Amino acid sequence: MLEAVKTQQTPVIEGAPRSARADVQLDARLAAAPAPMTGVTAPARADALARLKEQGLPGPRHEYWRYTDPAPFNAARPAPVALEAVAGDPKLFADVDKLRLVFVDGRFDAAASDDPALAGVEITTLAQADAQPGHWVAEAYGVLEAQGQKPVRRAFAALNTAVATDGAVIRVTGKADRPVQILYRPSDAGADVIVHHVLRLEEGAELTLLENGLLGARGNVVIEADLAPGAKLHHIAAPRAGVARIATTHLFARVAEAASLKSFELSVDGRHMRSESVVELAGDDAVAHVAAAVLGDGDNLRHDDTVFITHGALRGESRQVFKKVLKNGATGVFQGKILVRPGAQKTDGYQISQALLLDEDSQFLAKPELEIYADDVKCSHGSTTGALDETALFYLRSRGVPRERAIVLLVLSFLADALEEVEDEDLRAEIAGRLEDWLTAKAQG
Amino acid sequence: MLEIKNLHVQLEEEGKQILKGVTLTVPAGEVHAIMGPNGSGKSTTSYVLSGREGYEVTEGSATLDGRDLLEMEPEERAAAGLFLAFQYPVEIPGVGNMTFLRTAVNAQRKARGEEELSAGDFLKLVREKAKALDIDAEMLKRPVNVGFSGGEKKRNEILQMAMLEPRMCILDETDSGLDVDAMRLVAEGVNALRSPERSFLVITHYQRLLDHIVPDVVHIMHDGRIVKSGGPELALEVERNGYGDILAEAADA
Ligand SMILES: Nc1ncnc2c1ncn2[C@@H]1O[C@H](COP(=O)(O)OP(=O)(O)OP(=O)(O)O)[C@@H](O)[C@H]1O
Ligand SMILES: [Mg+2]
Repeated sequence: MLEAVKTQQTPVIEGAPRSARADVQLDARLAAAPAPMTGVTAPARADALARLKEQGLPGPRHEYWRYTDPAPFNAARPAPVALEAVAGDPKLFADVDKLRLVFVDGRFDAAASDDPALAGVEITTLAQADAQPGHWVAEAYGVLEAQGQKPVRRAFAALNTAVATDGAVIRVTGKADRPVQILYRPSDAGADVIVHHVLRLEEGAELTLLENGLLGARGNVVIEADLAPGAKLHHIAAPRAGVARIATTHLFARVAEAASLKSFELSVDGRHMRSESVVELAGDDAVAHVAAAVLGDGDNLRHDDTVFITHGALRGESRQVFKKVLKNGATGVFQGKILVRPGAQKTDGYQISQALLLDEDSQFLAKPELEIYADDVKCSHGSTTGALDETALFYLRSRGVPRERAIVLLVLSFLADALEEVEDEDLRAEIAGRLEDWLTAKAQG
Repeated sequence: MLEIKNLHVQLEEEGKQILKGVTLTVPAGEVHAIMGPNGSGKSTTSYVLSGREGYEVTEGSATLDGRDLLEMEPEERAAAGLFLAFQYPVEIPGVGNMTFLRTAVNAQRKARGEEELSAGDFLKLVREKAKALDIDAEMLKRPVNVGFSGGEKKRNEILQMAMLEPRMCILDETDSGLDVDAMRLVAEGVNALRSPERSFLVITHYQRLLDHIVPDVVHIMHDGRIVKSGGPELALEVERNGYGDILAEAADA
């Protein structure tokens, strides 16, 4: 099934020429942003700010923003949301045994969180680490983000590094016996949440990171994850951005020799979401899997997954499985790129993006790309867009399964391949269960 | 039980007429067979009765126990007691056979105002029925019909029928693709369900199945109509001489 494909080098995407209007917009955006921290992360923040000012905010004609309008992310402030509509913690992961870290409006809430004591794991917050002279975060903060700016500029990640208010700073030295959960809660109707998490997994360390909850009126999350040889990171994200549901998220990861990253994203109620994963397989035999199950419902919904995988060493294995279910005029976007550097022989790269359109008003825009500079590689990509299988639907109904329920079953079956990417069976069952609840509620509502 | 009167059906998209006045009554407790050349409209009849989309009824009626089938959604027809064993059972990747069966059984019970089966009772029942049809546990775990052989798919249809206990069972070429032993198992499965309250409409090309499931009446369908009805001996005649004589005779009449 896999075939080797070679493509021409694509030009570095720098974006459209700067306009005076864009500069005014960036000034307004920065004026509304919180003042940067002044501790050990200050130099990295100054650097990110300089990079941001140099590149500016993306305009609508920016090549990398062709399918998703950056305007809601560019706006100085988000429109406030109705907080009563977002009250209560989500059920997702509620029953999972984990260590919970709560961030309210993007700031760590110690009283609402579990005691951050977990064998083999050192947990602190960005604000605390920033105030600690000599803390290792000084060497890590913004490093992978800065690297991830090439060859494609990612303005909102640079913005995040410059002005993030808080985040989790986690160093893993052993095998964590429980997942760490980052739970977002909003308290301010206008919260413009900018959080930045830094993860360092030492040699052979293992961690499962869960990330969910409601960000605020707007969200901007960056995760930088540095995996030393043999480390394993499982990341399951289901962040939501309040009723306004406007968010950008970036995962920057460097995967060293024989280390493995598995990242899965669940998105059920986005509005205007852009989720980027920028992963470098830096050591031999590194593994990186990125997957997502997305349910998009609504006229002005746009859910954009943008992935950039770089194979920089021998025998790397990368896998992308993106599935989107779209209805009522929703738009799904997938931009996925596999770059195989010269010398990255025996690379095994796989990418599939699929959309299930539940009506004719919805659409899926996919831009898969392979760029290969090694000759002994196995890379393939595929993208499909389809409607519900009417024959299967009739078969289920003919057995007495009501139409709505039959559609739920077929949607779950469509998403099954993406869910398979969640290795832990209990967590997979948890996600499948919540998905089913959500779909069932939607079908009845 | 099942009453089809002067049923005219055309394809919704092309407007092509497929059924041209099918009239057929299956009383409670009886087994009727439909035979007929390829393309005569047998499967179309079964699809229209079970509510598949794409067909337009232009004339006539179909009722089950006096209730208008054509007005109902497919799932309502199922809850009313209609079951179709498909000529080509459908594969549904990602949906487990067990989940599917349990969802179907409980949905029908719920629609009829009955209590849902507990997980334990359900499991016991499935195991028992599956065993009788020589369907192993491994098959039950797999996604619906995915990777099943032709014969396994047909047996899976009969398993569903046994679990759902419908009152009116339509079997569309359930015998095709079955080996001799599987045919016997399927026939036993059907015969086990025979009762004064349950009727069968068996669509088949071969007399062989009717040796096992002895019909009360055999109908011959041709070009969208029932052109002849008779006893089991009609099936023997088809087996011996083909449709030639029967169709010629019908054309003369
Ligand atoms: N969806 C469709 N589109 C086009 N033609 C159709 C469709 N459904 C049925 N037909 C046509 O209607 C006629 C009757 O088909 P049907 O499947 O009912 O025949 P059958 O009696 O079951 O045949 P067989 O014994 O081969 O199974 C055939 O000519 C078939 O090609
Ligand atoms: Mg047929």
